[in-house]
Amino acid sequence: MGRSLHRFANPGRFLRLSGSVLPWIAVPGAVLTVVSLAWGLFLSPADWQQGDAVRIIYVHVPSAWLASGGYLALAVCSVLSLVWRHPLADLAAVEIGPVGAAFTALCLATGSLWGKPMWGTWWVWDARLTSVLVLFFLYLGHIALVRAFDDPTRGYRAGAILALVGVVNLPVIKFSVDWWNTLHQPSSFSLTAAPALHVDMLWPLLIAALGYSLLFGAIVLTRTRAAVMERRLRGLLMARASSDASAGAGAGGHA
Amino acid sequence: MTHLPFIVMAYGLGVLIPLALAVDAYRRVRTARRRLAAIDPRLHGRAGR
Repeated sequence: MGRSLHRFANPGRFLRLSGSVLPWIAVPGAVLTVVSLAWGLFLSPADWQQGDAVRIIYVHVPSAWLASGGYLALAVCSVLSLVWRHPLADLAAVEIGPVGAAFTALCLATGSLWGKPMWGTWWVWDARLTSVLVLFFLYLGHIALVRAFDDPTRGYRAGAILALVGVVNLPVIKFSVDWWNTLHQPSSFSLTAAPALHVDMLWPLLIAALGYSLLFGAIVLTRTRAAVMERRLRGLLMARASSDASAGAGAGGHA
Repeated sequence: MTHLPFIVMAYGLGVLIPLALAVDAYRRVRTARRRLAAIDPRLHGRAGR
């Protein structure tokens, strides 16, 4: 497995492959997101209890899924980095961090915007909300830690360890509404039961989730492409500076 | 729609945050590509030397 993974560690091959895949992710992602948001805002029905505020679900739930999904991707990259020393996994992990943090912030913000009219408060220290806030801090910790070392390799390793430790928070987020008596509603989706949502709300929600997921992937892929190019750029500039310095020393020695 | 301000703000954030991330990523990759094209001998070929 390690050998086949390292085939994609070649920067040139990664840039070629990702460049051809990117439009097929970004364009459908943008289209599906816009369509699903318009569907959710104008065409889907209001809830009999919550009224129109239920429309926030089409932004809140996909961002919540991506907050956890992004962290899982970060953890997978951390395993690839720690076990197989995959160089692209390091770069991808660094680039997933800010995107995941932004989607977690979106989840928290839209949750507050939904909570205020429904619960009468912006925030409660409920198990679901608190565990998602911890996830946000884990993302911020990862972002800070990978940039805290002069030697990037040490930063990648420290970040990978933090990411793996933080994985314990993901089942807490998922099952918090079952384990504790929370103000947050129970999950509408489960692997063993039919969705609790009506089909008129389910379709736009699933399309929003797909659209946002494709956008998330496209953004991370674009950022990783930029990181690969920037690393190549740094390498070239250092090689040029080193050759200039040795040429200067050689000229000085002859004089 | 008594909850309209909350809905509008949630949808605004739901559009603006991914859009800002996408624009930032695109600008970053474009800058890196331009800077790399200026100095990379593999992209320049012999003409660049």
